[in-house]
Amino acid sequence: MENILQAIGIENYIFLSVMLFCIGAFGVLYRRNAIIMFMSIEIMLNAVNLLLVAFSTLHQDAEGQVFVFFSMAVAAAEVAVGLAILVSIFRNTGSIDIDNLKNLKG
Amino acid sequence: MNTLIAISILGVLTLIAEIFNGRKLIVPVAVVGLLGILGYTISPYNAYDFFFNNMMVVDKFSVAFSSLFIVITILLILLSHEFYKDVPSTISDFVAIKIFLLAGAVAMVSFGNLAMFFLGIEILSIALYVLAASKRLDLRSNEAGMKYFLMGCFASGIILFGITLVYGSTGTFDTIAIYQISHSTTFPLWFYIGLVMLLIGMLFKIAAVPFHFWAPDVYEGAPGLTTATMSTFAKIVAMAALFKLITILLPSKLYELDLTIVVVAALSMLVGNIMALRQNNVKRMFAFSGISHAGFMLSTLLISNNSANVLFYYATAYAVAGLAFFAVVLYVTKNKKHETIDAFNGLGKTHPLLALVMTASLLSMAGIPILSGFFAKFFLLNELVQANWLVLVIIAIIASIISVGYYFKIILAMYTKSSEEELPSVPMIYAVVAVLGLIINIGIGLAPSFIYDLLG
Repeated sequence: MENILQAIGIENYIFLSVMLFCIGAFGVLYRRNAIIMFMSIEIMLNAVNLLLVAFSTLHQDAEGQVFVFFSMAVAAAEVAVGLAILVSIFRNTGSIDIDNLKNLKG
Repeated sequence: MNTLIAISILGVLTLIAEIFNGRKLIVPVAVVGLLGILGYTISPYNAYDFFFNNMMVVDKFSVAFSSLFIVITILLILLSHEFYKDVPSTISDFVAIKIFLLAGAVAMVSFGNLAMFFLGIEILSIALYVLAASKRLDLRSNEAGMKYFLMGCFASGIILFGITLVYGSTGTFDTIAIYQISHSTTFPLWFYIGLVMLLIGMLFKIAAVPFHFWAPDVYEGAPGLTTATMSTFAKIVAMAALFKLITILLPSKLYELDLTIVVVAALSMLVGNIMALRQNNVKRMFAFSGISHAGFMLSTLLISNNSANVLFYYATAYAVAGLAFFAVVLYVTKNKKHETIDAFNGLGKTHPLLALVMTASLLSMAGIPILSGFFAKFFLLNELVQANWLVLVIIAIIASIISVGYYFKIILAMYTKSSEEELPSVPMIYAVVAVLGLIINIGIGLAPSFIYDLLG
């Protein structure tokens, strides 16, 4: 056996990634603290990165690993904007609880 | 390809202009630069080129849609000069963000590789998060930005997962290679799961039912010009990207996918129009109207021949009417906290020109003849009948009839009620943009073949 991927099996990588992705998704849906929601989004994106690297090894193709760099850079930019929005919310309301944001409805 | 580079350079230039105190020049330079880029984009019209190992593909589809996006961006930048008059120190940021938005949009319609598609959609989304929350002292704008950010990131995660599964099953990000593989061999089930996740993510972005719940809140809370950007620009960009994605990833018609799209489109038309009836806020009403138009545009995916033309014509008609609508709304609701329909009372007497433009764009969106919106719906329904989706045609007609109800609420307010308060004089540029929108609207309504035959 040369390849660790063959020993573990690609299915197990997919199961792990899907599980992490679902943990992230449920975190976004159920947690009310903005910072924890951001962390959950990061977990979702990192689950995808893990799967990309696994597929990249499966296909013996470097493209997938290069894509991981793109997605990491984009995730960093996204969270920077998100934290900036959060700071301006904190300045206006004095808290980071998402439940305070209930002005818009109808 | 060079279009994308030129747009990015122009964006950086507008940021640098701030350093050299060229604030007054920013809007004219940006508009002239974009006009130059527009000419440059159109000139190799029949080209079919690949750039950077097939990262970018320039074909008729991408050239036509890129030109449309550039025209819309020019109109939006013209509006931004007046809209940000109270905060002159930040005008370069807003203009630069709008130009970067355009760069993302161009990448989204001319991608040849799923990496480029992902980068394009992220550039577009991140720029829009910033714009939505840009009124930072206003809690409603903050709330809109936060909601849009959370929903957008969630959708981006789903899109990314979809791209990964497509990569896992085909072993490449290149769209031409994927096209060949999906034609020839059988591949793991992941491909279809990935396709569905991509579809879900894009439906989030274009705000189609059942992924529409963020749209009304975000459109209401965001600053007026941002709402105009999101509802006209971002929606047709996402729709064009979804169209291109589906045609590439799914060469043969799949009945299950068609059925999904029929259900989503029918629900979007009905829910959007019915919910819009009970709205009193103009921006919120336009959000629901936009949801129903997303349903109409989605149904172009069902058509087998001429579908790109129908989508392009519908997108043009919708965007032009929306821009003219927002040019009037920005003026009328300028110093008001809430954008209720009462604000339009008596506009027909005090400002007949703006009232005329408003009426025309509303009638265009409802689908009344000689305006382009009618022909957009006519072409779409005509092709849908030929594709044997009569159910959807009937639902679309019912939805259009419902939509007349709330569009006339604004028209009646303008012409039958009288206003109590004096409106300030009309800024020149708003009137210019509104009239331009009206002229384009009637122009492509009178000569539909000019736009309709572009994509061959």
